[in-house]
Amino acid sequence: MRRRIPEWFVLLMPAFIVIAAVVLIPLIFSLYSSFTPYKLTRPSTLWTWIGERNYERILTDWKFWAAFGRTILFLTIALNLELIFGLGIALMVNKVTWGQRTLRTVLMFPMMFSPILVGFQFKFIFNDNVGLVNNVLQSLGSDAALPWLVDGKLAMFSILFAEIWMSTSVFAILILAGLFAMPRDPLEAAKVDGCTPWQSFRHITLPFLMPFIYIAMTIRSLDVARAYDIVQIMTGGGPARRTELLWTLMSRTGYVDAKMGLANAMGYVSILLSIAFTIYFFRKLSAARAELGMGA
Amino acid sequence: MTEVTLSNVIKRYGEHQAVHGIDLEIRDGEFVVLVGPSGCGKSTTLRMIAGLEDISGGEVSIGGRVVNDLPPRERNISMVFQNYALYPHMCVRENLGFSLHIAKRPESEITSAVNEAAAILGLEELMDRKPAALSGGQRQRVAMGRAIVRHPDVFLFDEPLSNLDAKLRTQMRVEIKKLHQKVGNTIIYVTHDQVEAMTLADRIVLMRDGHIVQVGTPLELFNAPVNTFVATFIGSPPMNLLDGVVTENRTVRLIDGQELPIPSSPRESVQPGQKVKYGFRADNLSPVGHGVSDEGETADIALRIDLSEPLGTETLLFATLASTEIQCKMLNPRPVTSGETMTCRLALEKAHIFDAQTTQVIRSN
Repeated sequence: MRRRIPEWFVLLMPAFIVIAAVVLIPLIFSLYSSFTPYKLTRPSTLWTWIGERNYERILTDWKFWAAFGRTILFLTIALNLELIFGLGIALMVNKVTWGQRTLRTVLMFPMMFSPILVGFQFKFIFNDNVGLVNNVLQSLGSDAALPWLVDGKLAMFSILFAEIWMSTSVFAILILAGLFAMPRDPLEAAKVDGCTPWQSFRHITLPFLMPFIYIAMTIRSLDVARAYDIVQIMTGGGPARRTELLWTLMSRTGYVDAKMGLANAMGYVSILLSIAFTIYFFRKLSAARAELGMGA
Repeated sequence: MTEVTLSNVIKRYGEHQAVHGIDLEIRDGEFVVLVGPSGCGKSTTLRMIAGLEDISGGEVSIGGRVVNDLPPRERNISMVFQNYALYPHMCVRENLGFSLHIAKRPESEITSAVNEAAAILGLEELMDRKPAALSGGQRQRVAMGRAIVRHPDVFLFDEPLSNLDAKLRTQMRVEIKKLHQKVGNTIIYVTHDQVEAMTLADRIVLMRDGHIVQVGTPLELFNAPVNTFVATFIGSPPMNLLDGVVTENRTVRLIDGQELPIPSSPRESVQPGQKVKYGFRADNLSPVGHGVSDEGETADIALRIDLSEPLGTETLLFATLASTEIQCKMLNPRPVTSGETMTCRLALEKAHIFDAQTTQVIRSN
């Protein structure tokens, strides 16, 4: 026994094994399968190497790009509106002096629901026959039964509505945390220095909140970029792919059409989107923190 | 002309009353220090003048204008905060110029005002740094610079030095005094540190429990305290106070039976049998030949020294007199051993008699 395995290696082995089993091997397997015409119904196709043909197909497929673009649009609208609403809610809750704890808890109720149930809830609310919204509109004297979940634009609106309803509180809570952490002195100094309430907000409060906003943005961009459950329940990506997002397209390709190789290739392309957003927001976060002198 | 007048100013927080009807007139260009133990209402009073707290009752006027209902920005004041309160995302230059930018002054005016303030406070080297990259003393200077660029009517300082270390505090104290001499504005300064109050103030306002206890120049408060609170709060070490009873022959009998003569000024105002506190400062009791001169009325007391603290030019001696720990000062000191008994001489005209019940000083009618 001249050569012995070094102790540090032995000690690290369990960690390596676990990570390999749960992360590395599936990752390599999915990457590999994206270069095969792997169909779930014909397992032997896993061993046919077709090179980058799946990727070629995706990149020239307008359906994929439509879903890709729609996801970006969805993400942009959802994040911006959630930021605006969340900021507004946080500022108001911060002003509340009585019952604030209760209010904060109530604020988080939407986050406590399973997204699937939120999907069902809004599917019912926006149903064109028995839904609440149309019911209200009709009792207010409107004749039309709006096809909330059928018309492409209205369906996108409905899904966005559900998404924003569920997740605005993420922004609200994180921004509220920022407001709590904010020192009072600079605000008082600004008051004495001649700021109106709006100027204090614009020049003092907002720069202080930016890091918190970017953290919320990063978390939510990853969240929204993999939006699936609400869409799947409310419209299933339809009708006729009008609300198709990346992940509904992928699940359709992988599990309905059983083309797992192709779906995995789509997954790798769309991950780039998430990575791009993450890098973007982290850059912004570091910049905002440096601005406050917090260090990068 | 910017005098600040407070008349019957009250601050209530719900049931609790923090400031009980304060009357105070501050003259133009005066440096007034509000001092007192924590919770005495001094900061609250300052914040009411600044407009950061609502005034529950009474009237505050600045330069003859009642400002009760004006927001801070319309009072033409500037304030230096205990925690500096710099804007963390702005560099020193932006911090200094912020108020002028908000007021939409022309760029050239802002530049010259900022440069002038920077020159006064020696900040030129630091102009592009963020507050996080400054030391405590530098931050405090920026905060002061931010206050002076606006040429306000009144400067308000809220414990500006309490976050600095002792050496820096002494240095900044001098700078604040110089600043006052240079700009000559009215300054209202809050501190809990009586040394700061003594060294900086034209007039000291000593507060306790939301009331003003005494207003006067530092020397007035030091030499003629109105009650035992002032006597022990102002001056370091605090005034020695001994419990005793006035006797028929106009002396005070301490609890160990020893008698001390009553100084001439309150001698006719005390009643035999009255319970009093006999007060004198450490400076006015010293071993014979080491400080207190023989001129005027004196009294000699034999003291057994418990402890001595040599400070160089003087030695602080700790002794026990009538079961009370007292301190006295020895000038031109010689080594003192603990347990040594020394005859000490008390300058009677500097001693004070306080009524034990009311704690008020007793003087000739």
